[in-house]
Amino acid sequence: MSPLLSLRHISKAFPGVKALSDVSLDLHEGEVMALLGENGAGKSTLMKILCGIYQPDDGKVLIDGKTRHFDGYQDALKAGVGIIFQEFSLIPWLDAVDNIFLGRELKNRLGLRDRRRMIRETETLLQRLKVSISLDCPIAELSVAEQQFIEIAKALSLDARILVLDEPTATLTPSEADHLFDIMRELRSQGVGMVFISHHMEEIFTICDRVTVMRDGEKIDELAVADTNADDLIEKMVGRRVENIFPIRRCDADYNDVVLDVAALSLTPNGPEHSLKLHRGEILGLAGLVGSGRSEFAMGLIGATRPAAARVTLEGHSVNFSHPAIALEHGIGLLPESRKSQGLILPFSCRDNISLNNLDQYRNGARLLRRNAEVSNAERLMQSVRVKAPSAETPVGNLSGGNQQKVVIARWLGHRCKVLIFDEPTRGIDVGAKSEIYALMKELTAQGVSIIMISSELPEVLGLCDRAAVFYQGAIAAVLQGNELDSQSIMHHATGGLSA
Amino acid sequence: MSQTASTSPRHDHSRSWLARFRRTPVFYPLIGFIVVFVAMALINDNFLTSSNLFNLARQASIIAILAAGMSLAILTGGIDLSVGPVMALSGTVMAGLMVAGMPPSVAIIAGLLVGAAFGAINGAFVAFAGMPPIIVTLATMGIARGLALIYTGGYPISGLPAEFAFFGRGSLAGIEMPIIIMIAVFAIGYVLLSHTATGRYLYAIGGNEEATRLSGIRVSRYKMLVYVLSGTTAAIAGLILTSRLMSGQPNAGVGFELDAIAAVVLGGAAITGGRGMILGTLVGALLLGVLNNGLNLMGVSPYLQNVIKGCIILLAIYISRKRAP
Repeated sequence: MSPLLSLRHISKAFPGVKALSDVSLDLHEGEVMALLGENGAGKSTLMKILCGIYQPDDGKVLIDGKTRHFDGYQDALKAGVGIIFQEFSLIPWLDAVDNIFLGRELKNRLGLRDRRRMIRETETLLQRLKVSISLDCPIAELSVAEQQFIEIAKALSLDARILVLDEPTATLTPSEADHLFDIMRELRSQGVGMVFISHHMEEIFTICDRVTVMRDGEKIDELAVADTNADDLIEKMVGRRVENIFPIRRCDADYNDVVLDVAALSLTPNGPEHSLKLHRGEILGLAGLVGSGRSEFAMGLIGATRPAAARVTLEGHSVNFSHPAIALEHGIGLLPESRKSQGLILPFSCRDNISLNNLDQYRNGARLLRRNAEVSNAERLMQSVRVKAPSAETPVGNLSGGNQQKVVIARWLGHRCKVLIFDEPTRGIDVGAKSEIYALMKELTAQGVSIIMISSELPEVLGLCDRAAVFYQGAIAAVLQGNELDSQSIMHHATGGLSA
Repeated sequence: MSQTASTSPRHDHSRSWLARFRRTPVFYPLIGFIVVFVAMALINDNFLTSSNLFNLARQASIIAILAAGMSLAILTGGIDLSVGPVMALSGTVMAGLMVAGMPPSVAIIAGLLVGAAFGAINGAFVAFAGMPPIIVTLATMGIARGLALIYTGGYPISGLPAEFAFFGRGSLAGIEMPIIIMIAVFAIGYVLLSHTATGRYLYAIGGNEEATRLSGIRVSRYKMLVYVLSGTTAAIAGLILTSRLMSGQPNAGVGFELDAIAAVVLGGAAITGGRGMILGTLVGALLLGVLNNGLNLMGVSPYLQNVIKGCIILLAIYISRKRAP
């Protein structure tokens, strides 16, 4: 029996970049195949070829043993290929039913939308996934996980037999991810073949049957999950053995020196009051579930949103950050959660992005920019954070996620910052770049910079932070340090468990 | 489309001047300008005379100056529909004050301040009230026109002092003043956008406003500045027009905001902001000027001219969208 899906000898080059060379892959009915590789390894390009978004230079796509040619995503959908992108393609102000049937609404005899029939079919689909979701509110009001389930339902409504899930768990809480895995198991039993892309090793062992490892546009290996282990896979992925991705544990914090003292910060009138102390050279983690209010706290702290009340002192002086510009003047910077929508100016070069908020350093007497000084400083900063890019003039959009994050870091290193707030600094970044970013953070604390790190990844909080504040439903539930700082107590407080 | 950018062509290895020039937004507009220019020169014997070329540049100067201010608004992801009426209002204020006996210098400064003030009103609503620029400037467009008509009672104000004709009809070193003023405006615009921090912030705001704000840039202040400058350039255009006509015309410049937008877009700027060059806008305005002038020389009827210009704008933008990275 021929496999459900065969990619045969696929090659693809973009001007100046060989994205894929001679990659082959088989996917069988009722199988979950993990596609593993660092960012830039070619996973997304391969999936875009499968979905008809790109055309291969060489090689072919076979479904049920028959060669298929897709001239666009619509063609691929008709052939039963569905893809769940990292960024959703749902319309936020439409409800689930309208989203699922967008562009192919069911009609009644008068040619009008037959909403009742669409609701029935949606309910059938959701039953197939064994989930229940409110059908009559705009999907923007649903959780990220629920939106994702609707994406999956939408693909299934088009009779998808091949489903590509591109980092579906990146924005899910652990229990939501478990729910997703239940759905995937259900679909597997119904014969759907799935390609699963994730940077989380343990998920691959939880849900996948086989794993294909890619590196630099080539297929490195394909093996059964049962025959391998995480270290082995990481070694194949990065081409070297990564013993420990965290820097050697060393506490740079000086607990006699409080840099930032948030005595009381409430984001809304009558809302919970946050209070926190940050010491010099400390890495303070903000742990908790997605949506527990950590990013909102950080945005309120630097004045990106207007908190209802704030009593904050910096090095003993009372401060009032009413705009990020004022926080910047005091040496406090935020590296926001979403690199692309909040961090980077995508049309800009690396240099322009890095020098964005330190241009005043390059002004001459006539207030004009000294280009040479700017370029050499940007290059120096790029080297100091080890951005891999052809030159400082490379558009930042051309870089991988990890290198983009380093560009954002470099921007803040252009200042003598006292406090840096990293919001999910390693989301969607491959293992090698993660490790480098951790090392950079430790370099900063060694120089006396204090760091607040918002992270939803427990290993990251445990591996890097000196203390951690755990958020639950918009408030700080606990501040843990030393022996208390372990994954069980973090999860205990993050899920609203009664205090021991 | 999260990954498109990472796979787009990397062409920053090339260091040659031409290769870098090709990547700027000015390259294709300039090619288009040369093509139309050469075509007009081949069709019309009278096109390539120095008197006609000066004529052309002078005619184009008003739209070009309006478009310079418009470039800033569009670059930040906004737009300024009020430039035509603000031009007329500033011009009539200048004329009215001179007729009332004020010296031209005072009247000119007052007129420029009226333009800047209108820009400040636009800017306040856009930057601090967070309203969409197209709505704000649509409203102030009507207000400015209405005020110009009220101020003049609907009639042109004439009888201006003879020395005021200098800005529209005079010349320096053999070059007519409208052309000199246009060049000065674009030179200042070029330095602002390409060699100052402020210019970089305007590009950044158009590229990603939220990221710019979170980086500690006071986005609202720079948006305010953009609309003040746009109002001021509209007033400068009003100065030239009033001086050229030697009367303050409340109905001057109807539809000029659309020509200014066309010039910006023909000059290679993205209507969504973040991409564009002020020199491209100059090329775009001159391209419109060449079309107007050449079609007039050919004796094409004004009605047909509108159709031809519209088609050329569509074609140019279609091509530039296909070329844009």
